[in-house]
Amino acid sequence: MDPIVATFIEENIVPNFNYWIYVILMMIGLYAMITKNNLIKKLIGMAIFQTAIILFYVSVGVKDTAGIPIISHHGSEHHQMAGLSSEAGSTKEIHNKIDKDKYANPLPHVLMLTAIVVGVSTLGLALAISQKIYKSFGTLEEDEILSELRPGGHD
Amino acid sequence: MTEHFPILILLVPLFGALIVVLLGRERPDQCWVTSLISLGISSLISFFTVIAVLSGKVQELRYRMGGWPESEGYEIGIELRVDILAALVVFAVTLIGFVNTIYSKTRAEAEVQGKVPFFYALMQLLIVGLCGIVMTNDAFNLYVLIEITSLTSYALIAMGNRRAALSSFNYVIMGTIGASFYLIGVGYLYIKTGTLNIDDIHMVLGQKNLWADQSIIVAFIFIMLGVWTKMAFFPLHGWLPNAYAYAPSMTGTFMAPLMTKVMVYVMIRVMLWLFGYKFVYSGQYIWGELIIWMSVLAIVAGSLLALARTDIKKMLTYLIVAEVGYMVGGAWLGNVTGQAGAFYHILSDAAMTFCLFIAASIIVLRVGDSRVNAFDGLFRKMPLTMIGFTVGALSMIGLPPTCGFFSKWYLISGGIEAGHWEYVCALIFSSLVNAVIFFRIFERAYFGKISGVKEDHFPTDSDANPDIRIKEVPWSMLIPLFLASGTVLLLGIMNRSLFEWIQTALKMMNT
Amino acid sequence: MTEFSFIPLFTWIVSLLAVPMILLFRKRPDAREGVTFLAAFMKLGMIFMMLPLIREGKILHFKFGEILPGIPIEFRVDGLGMLFALVASSLWILTTLYSIGYMRGLKEHDQTRFFCCFAISLSATIGVAFAGNLLTLYIFYEILSLSTYPLVTHHGDKEARSGGRTYLSHLLGTSVAFVLPAMIYCYLKKGGDINFTDGSLLTTNIDAGAGLIVLLAFTFGFAKNGLMPFHSWLPNAMVAPTPVSALLHAVAVVKVGVFCVIRVFTGVFGIELLEKLDIAVVVSWIAAFTVITSSLMALSQDNLKRRLAFSTIGQLSYIILGVSLLSDFGVTGSILHVAMHAFGKITLFFCAGAIYVAMHKKYVIELVGIGRKMPITMTAFAIGSLSVIGLPVTGGLVSKWYLVMGTAQSEQIALLVVFLISSILNACYFLPIVYRAFFCRPEESLYEGGRQEAPLACLIPLCITALLSVISFFNPGLFIELAELIIK
Repeated sequence: MDPIVATFIEENIVPNFNYWIYVILMMIGLYAMITKNNLIKKLIGMAIFQTAIILFYVSVGVKDTAGIPIISHHGSEHHQMAGLSSEAGSTKEIHNKIDKDKYANPLPHVLMLTAIVVGVSTLGLALAISQKIYKSFGTLEEDEILSELRPGGHD
Repeated sequence: MTEHFPILILLVPLFGALIVVLLGRERPDQCWVTSLISLGISSLISFFTVIAVLSGKVQELRYRMGGWPESEGYEIGIELRVDILAALVVFAVTLIGFVNTIYSKTRAEAEVQGKVPFFYALMQLLIVGLCGIVMTNDAFNLYVLIEITSLTSYALIAMGNRRAALSSFNYVIMGTIGASFYLIGVGYLYIKTGTLNIDDIHMVLGQKNLWADQSIIVAFIFIMLGVWTKMAFFPLHGWLPNAYAYAPSMTGTFMAPLMTKVMVYVMIRVMLWLFGYKFVYSGQYIWGELIIWMSVLAIVAGSLLALARTDIKKMLTYLIVAEVGYMVGGAWLGNVTGQAGAFYHILSDAAMTFCLFIAASIIVLRVGDSRVNAFDGLFRKMPLTMIGFTVGALSMIGLPPTCGFFSKWYLISGGIEAGHWEYVCALIFSSLVNAVIFFRIFERAYFGKISGVKEDHFPTDSDANPDIRIKEVPWSMLIPLFLASGTVLLLGIMNRSLFEWIQTALKMMNT
Repeated sequence: MTEFSFIPLFTWIVSLLAVPMILLFRKRPDAREGVTFLAAFMKLGMIFMMLPLIREGKILHFKFGEILPGIPIEFRVDGLGMLFALVASSLWILTTLYSIGYMRGLKEHDQTRFFCCFAISLSATIGVAFAGNLLTLYIFYEILSLSTYPLVTHHGDKEARSGGRTYLSHLLGTSVAFVLPAMIYCYLKKGGDINFTDGSLLTTNIDAGAGLIVLLAFTFGFAKNGLMPFHSWLPNAMVAPTPVSALLHAVAVVKVGVFCVIRVFTGVFGIELLEKLDIAVVVSWIAAFTVITSSLMALSQDNLKRRLAFSTIGQLSYIILGVSLLSDFGVTGSILHVAMHAFGKITLFFCAGAIYVAMHKKYVIELVGIGRKMPITMTAFAIGSLSVIGLPVTGGLVSKWYLVMGTAQSEQIALLVVFLISSILNACYFLPIVYRAFFCRPEESLYEGGRQEAPLACLIPLCITALLSVISFFNPGLFIELAELIIK
């Protein structure tokens, strides 16, 4: 293999492979949404597209050394685990004492929960609409639908 | 009390929507009243919000959802933020929602039989979503709200005939791409700044001096592409014309004026509040010039496409595409006049599009044909409707004293100030094309049918004319039309104070 | 010398208030026309109330609230506006009388709409005449375009429609495309106010290139002035009923066009600035071209009203040419010509209408020998022709005299020649009509029998306007006085 390519792969792709996968998945999804003729295939592309973004966000929260981001149930055991004394005062103090590298960033995950909900409802709605289309046109192929509409109007 | 206004504006229609769904099983006839009341309250509150913000006691209202405290100077929770600009847009949104409910009274039963409660519920949810978009100060929350509005609007559009379902499907695809692009952009911003609050992101960008950072540029481009798709900025407009033209009439009437305009508001907000004047207009990037040219293209193409249509609703939807070009161009001119002009145009375009869509829906309903060729003699047959239509059309063309003239005035001023003559020419070109489009309709509507025999002799007295079979529509449809056309005139007369408020608010962000 | 006054407002609004009254009395034609007369006389009366004040050199103004930052809707009555308002409103009375005769004589349809639109367009005309800033001027200019559209297309047939289309597309198109940006440019250049002043609005650093573009934008933008190449709306507007052609397309509308140009020259640029920039000569030559070309085109028109229309285009360009000479005599002459041409041309249109009412003849070739049939009408026609050509004993000579003096004063001998050639051409297209109407061999005459004039309501106005043309030759003092107010 050409050494330049090899270094490129080593330096850019390997350490960030999850981002590359996100980009590739996103492109696959986008491609399917735009070019596919079958409406269901379009929706599959849409699902892939949205999943790619979820992968992107989740990747953002990852840290090499980190574990699950659960700190405490206000029990002393967990506090010690987190490196806190049990008499720690204000929330702010707790924040300062947390070793941030030990925990994965939970926020992107939380955000993605919302995004998944949005994605699912979009998909559900889109499937319902395609069902309606199927009922009235008898097909889900876009070109057939358009050719059926053609005599009716000019677009 | 005042500090709770922002959330109340959202909660009232939200619960209104729930109540409507519950009521729908037992008492479908109550749905209209319920949503009328809830949207009425909501628009009343937003009116008081405008007053509160204007009175000077509070420059802006901030509401922390869930009462999350500030931590290390950053917002943790979701924050609502209402300044004068947001208050005006929210007022416009709720008011149009309210007036459109009046309009829907008879139409909903006729056009979506059996689904009336769902229509009112979705409509109120859509208003909630739009108000949320305008008020939220959280970049991710903005995404969620954009999707809420989109989801409801997909469903509302799909309620129409089979063409509507197909257009709604295309809208789903395009809308999802747009929203996802926005989401990706927010992701990059989050990576770089570690916060999602719009003010905080802006602050961090400044503190860390990230203006030239590649991720930020990528984020900006993604967000812009996303927002443009949602607002149907040419050439990303493909979904809009069919979706709005085939939707049930009472859906089209309020979606057409609101959706694109609110997204333009989002664009201005992202440009000035999220990224900031320094980043967007610094001149170090090529986009300044490029986007002006793109907006010129949008204006010219939108106008010409509208000119080529004979279906009145299609024509109006292409005019929306052109108007979006106005606002994008105005916002990108890089001076306060242009931005304020674009912002004023959000309001005035909402009013005139609303007016025209209602008028067009009424006409199509009564004539039974949406083609312009069928509009012969409408001035005699339905004079009241045509008066409303004329006001909206004159505003579209840009004749004083309608608001369209003044927004054009400000936008042209901004264009001349910035030296972007191509934009000025495009605006004037579009005015002229609009004049051709609408006078073509006026001419048909003003003169009756030319039948070969009676070419020279016109019916002397309209009362005695047997041709008049078409009557005016019920008052529940005429009142919204007159409210809308009255607003078009009122915005024109009030333009000076409105413009000054807008300008003052925008000036703060332009330093 | 500026004085606040409500009279300009009342003068403007009186014809507007007449509109609901006219609508109210739509079933009773006599009361309806009575309202129009009442409004017209009140309007003229109020103008006469202002006249002495204006002659003293005072300027009356009235202001509504600002509608754009720094720009109010403002009336400001000075000599120029006064002269124009005087001419327009006095001729409105005569035209009302004439249209009663004409419309009833021909049993026209939709007379209520006709009188309503007429009243609105008169309001708009007064609005233009009294406008105190560019925006006010622009707004009333547009209202005038729109309110005259139903009048132009009154007949509602194919020809009227296409005429109306040309009419609106030319007038609205040019004003939006040229005037609006030029106005905003002035607004930005001045820094937030576009009031007319006695000096110049654009005193600050404007170079000749930009100045020329703005000047041309205004001159072409106010396309009601009929300057070529945006002239073709006027001949096409001749499909309108004759009273419309008479008052609007010989007096109100077209004069609004040239009035706006005079305002731009004297109020926006100012004569001094134009002299300094040395750009007015471009406008002079465009106007000169229009004068000659339109006169040649008038020669080839068979339809009498179209011939009059082309003659109007030429005469309007006289006015533009005169003001673009930038000499005192030139400007005075062109302002005078606004009035003098109005009297002459309205007479001619009245006559054309009277011929149509009485004989249903529209074409020039059909007029051979008509002088014996309709001697009064044709005598008036002769006087009108003399006035337009600029021969004694008519007012046309006075203004033309000033215009020619103007060319001499600014040493533009070539333009002097243009005036002379065009006068000859004017004579060529008018005098044969008059000559052949009266002096033809009996066997050539197309008419037989005794006299048969149009109804009195048509006849009286045209006699009065013909008389006015003559009087203004012997007694042009008032007009000269008002015109000279603007020079100072």
